Amino acid sequence: MATTADSFQAHTDDHAHDDHADHKPGFFARWFMSTNHKDIGTLYLIFAIFAGIIGGAISGIMRAELAEPGIQYLQFWAEFMGGTPDFDTSLHMWNVFITAHGLIMVFFMVMPAMIGGFGNWFVPLMIGAPDMAFPRMNNISFWLTVAGFVSLLFSLFVPGGTGPGAGVGWTVYAPLSTTGSSGPAVDFAIFSLHLAGAGSILGATNFITTIFNMRAPGMTLHKMPLFVWSVLVTAFLLLLALPVLAAAITMLLTDRNFGTTFFDPSGGGDPILYQHLFWFFGHPEVYIMILPGFGMISQIVATFSRKPVFGYLGMAYAMVAIGVVGFIVWAHHMYTVGLDVNTKMYFTAATMVIAVPTGVKIFSWIATMWGGSIEFKSPMVWALGFIFLFTVGGVTGVYLANGGVDDVVHDTYFVVAHFHYVLSMGAVFSMFAGFYYWFPKMCGKMHSELLSHIHFWLFFIGVNVIFFPQHFLGWQGMPRRYPDYADAYAYWNEISSIGYHIMAFSMVFFFINVFYTLFAGKKVGANYWGEGATTLEWSLSSPPPFHQFSELPVIEDHHDYHDHIGDAKPAH
Amino acid sequence: MKTLGFHRIVASLALAFSLVIGTPAAMAQANLDQSDLAGPVPQETPAFALESVDPAEAADVADPEAVAAGSDSYTPMAPTEGKGMPVAKGWDIQPQYSEDGEFAYGLHIGLIWVMALICAFVLALMLYVMFRFRKSANPVPSKTSHNTLVEVIWTVVPALILLGIAIPSITLIARQYETPPKDAITIKAIGYQWYWGYAYPDNGDFEIISNMLDEDEAAARGEPHQLAVDNRMVVPVGVPIRLQVTAADVIHSFAVPSLWFKMDGVPGRLNERIFQVDEPGVYYGQCSELCGARHGYMPIAVEALPMDQYNAWVLAQGGTIAGADEAGVEADPAMVPVQDPESSVPGAAGAGAPPVENPTT
Repeated sequence: MATTADSFQAHTDDHAHDDHADHKPGFFARWFMSTNHKDIGTLYLIFAIFAGIIGGAISGIMRAELAEPGIQYLQFWAEFMGGTPDFDTSLHMWNVFITAHGLIMVFFMVMPAMIGGFGNWFVPLMIGAPDMAFPRMNNISFWLTVAGFVSLLFSLFVPGGTGPGAGVGWTVYAPLSTTGSSGPAVDFAIFSLHLAGAGSILGATNFITTIFNMRAPGMTLHKMPLFVWSVLVTAFLLLLALPVLAAAITMLLTDRNFGTTFFDPSGGGDPILYQHLFWFFGHPEVYIMILPGFGMISQIVATFSRKPVFGYLGMAYAMVAIGVVGFIVWAHHMYTVGLDVNTKMYFTAATMVIAVPTGVKIFSWIATMWGGSIEFKSPMVWALGFIFLFTVGGVTGVYLANGGVDDVVHDTYFVVAHFHYVLSMGAVFSMFAGFYYWFPKMCGKMHSELLSHIHFWLFFIGVNVIFFPQHFLGWQGMPRRYPDYADAYAYWNEISSIGYHIMAFSMVFFFINVFYTLFAGKKVGANYWGEGATTLEWSLSSPPPFHQFSELPVIEDHHDYHDHIGDAKPAH
Repeated sequence: MKTLGFHRIVASLALAFSLVIGTPAAMAQANLDQSDLAGPVPQETPAFALESVDPAEAADVADPEAVAAGSDSYTPMAPTEGKGMPVAKGWDIQPQYSEDGEFAYGLHIGLIWVMALICAFVLALMLYVMFRFRKSANPVPSKTSHNTLVEVIWTVVPALILLGIAIPSITLIARQYETPPKDAITIKAIGYQWYWGYAYPDNGDFEIISNMLDEDEAAARGEPHQLAVDNRMVVPVGVPIRLQVTAADVIHSFAVPSLWFKMDGVPGRLNERIFQVDEPGVYYGQCSELCGARHGYMPIAVEALPMDQYNAWVLAQGGTIAGADEAGVEADPAMVPVQDPESSVPGAAGAGAPPVENPTT
């Protein structure tokens, strides 16, 4: 279990002097016809940041509208998007915004960043593979995602019933999405999901194949870094869940355009069938969005505690358990649709079970820090923020799991607060943690720790001011997806909107930091985080060579998953 | 009472953990008449203003004049500030005015404590670890990565906490799904884009059309805007009601926070739940399933009245009182609408009997 720098030879130096390995194609071939996992990962990250700016701007429009009672800006947006500024079109714009915000953040920000970006970049590096198993398919996955995004943006400018754009919510419930929305906007939104879903399925098969077949000699499954475990579980969730979504939305398309009545009771169909199909996908989807984050947090906490992850096997199989149980709890999103009493009791019990493996993960992260030598570098403060805020989002999840209690808060702002605590704070905090952890590895230059810490504190305060009062709004009964509300809800809404300004201001520091790093950041060595960083990517230069591991690293028997592998020296 | 409560808890748990296959649904989900599936009432709203649907156009409604004018026997009740509505800066669940709501509120408070304690525990652990094991205080990290005992503890203890939550939680669901007694009055809430209709099949099958009041009108009537409606859903107080919810066009959701009630209205389905209000009063709610442009503009107002006033209101709408003229007299069985037993467990508490009292009291 000793640190074995000498017994294992990484090949960093070989690569650095190997012209062939670092030969890069021309600009167009490199970025538009890419087969390189690191370049595709970079494309995914740039795309996710771009989509995140749009999705975040839409939430700014929504928080501005909700800052006080009454309709303030929706007429303007109705005209802006090419509609008439009448009452119904204005309100329709609200539904378009909530739909676009949800779809963009789920399918075009979190998933591309987590799986496409960090997954593509670091899974091959961490398992000692030269690239992904199917490099060309990797490229198709990315461009399908882009095409899906274009289709979604296009849907905003074509008729969708009461106004331009698809105003059906990210869940696209029938019959609002079938007989309830005439015009092509919903078709384009559905097609967007088809494209993004196809891209994700291809990506998932690629990850599964890569992880099962391309691990370096000696790296058994139980020696894989936890981030690779998390991407493996995520890829299986994608592979099993997305085809169900594809089927459901295809049935929507045929109901809309070809006269079928899958979800139309007048033809013997049932709107609830759609909800079952959607949430059979939708619940695993929320774990798809958070599991890679779990993996990143495990790497980061271990690195900055300079200690191996506590309870490695428990951590890995907790993710497997979350993935498996995640498939049998879907109807907790449907407690009010008129479920049978036994069904509701079952889903209550099954949903609460998920809290157990999640608790194992939270406590294992704390136990990893226990006895460690903790450095509060930027990735670590984001990881610590993640652990606490995800706990808050987790316990409100246990609250909502109770079918009888859910009756009063279902479809209220309490639910909005809950899922933003696990996503806007859970998933997003883990992405920023991962970003600050690996950005110097990706670009070869160090970011500003000061700007990163300012970004963290402002963002932490901002999102809590936005979302914590929304628990109160939900308990008081304010329904979600409302553009206007009774005066009693004004106070907490105003505070929530103030929080948005703080959060948006914090992002200024993020972007300044990115540009500072790219143009003025100090060059970093292979392992700039020091001895706590032990996985294989730290044995490669920063940035890694264009092609790495042309000679495979060997993980010897006495290595453990947490051993320091490689001959890289800390940069400082 | 105690033993009955315990028995019901055990039965509920057994139900929850054994996936009983093929038990009939507790709720009737019947196909509706074709007439109920008719599309939304077409309406034009050229101006930037709310326009109420003319009740006469909307459905088979009793004489709308009778409602609008307010007959001698019925004047809309003034709402009580803070009762059945949200309050400014409020941060808790609205006060509850039904037995199930009060029971659920107790569980809600218990869950808040559990949530707060878990968060405080995790935060305390984190702060301790961050302080005690910071680099300057602990320069040499330990290499501990396993401790079976502690791993077993942090798996088992959360599981026990969850079991402790599950017992009252499952009990609450069982209470909410009790079958209304056979002679309970049936009221049917129908969601339309974008207003509610309330049908009274046991009282001559008239339908009330309920539109949101605009801001000025709500203010003139002393009611909160976005919540006030022109015609309320009037219900008798203190007796179980069989509330059926459905919808004519897209999915809507009938929700009243102060009664802990939310039930989706789904086209082609008839969802049914027991519904009871303990005190006379006005209780507001809002549509809680995205239903199109004016989703935020179809509130719900329930007015609970003593039985005699309810009857007077029914008569004022042109409805009829089934069976008996005097309170307390058993209705003529022939006049009571025939209902099939709807409990999933034949003979279970609530099937054909008034709901049992709150076991915690």
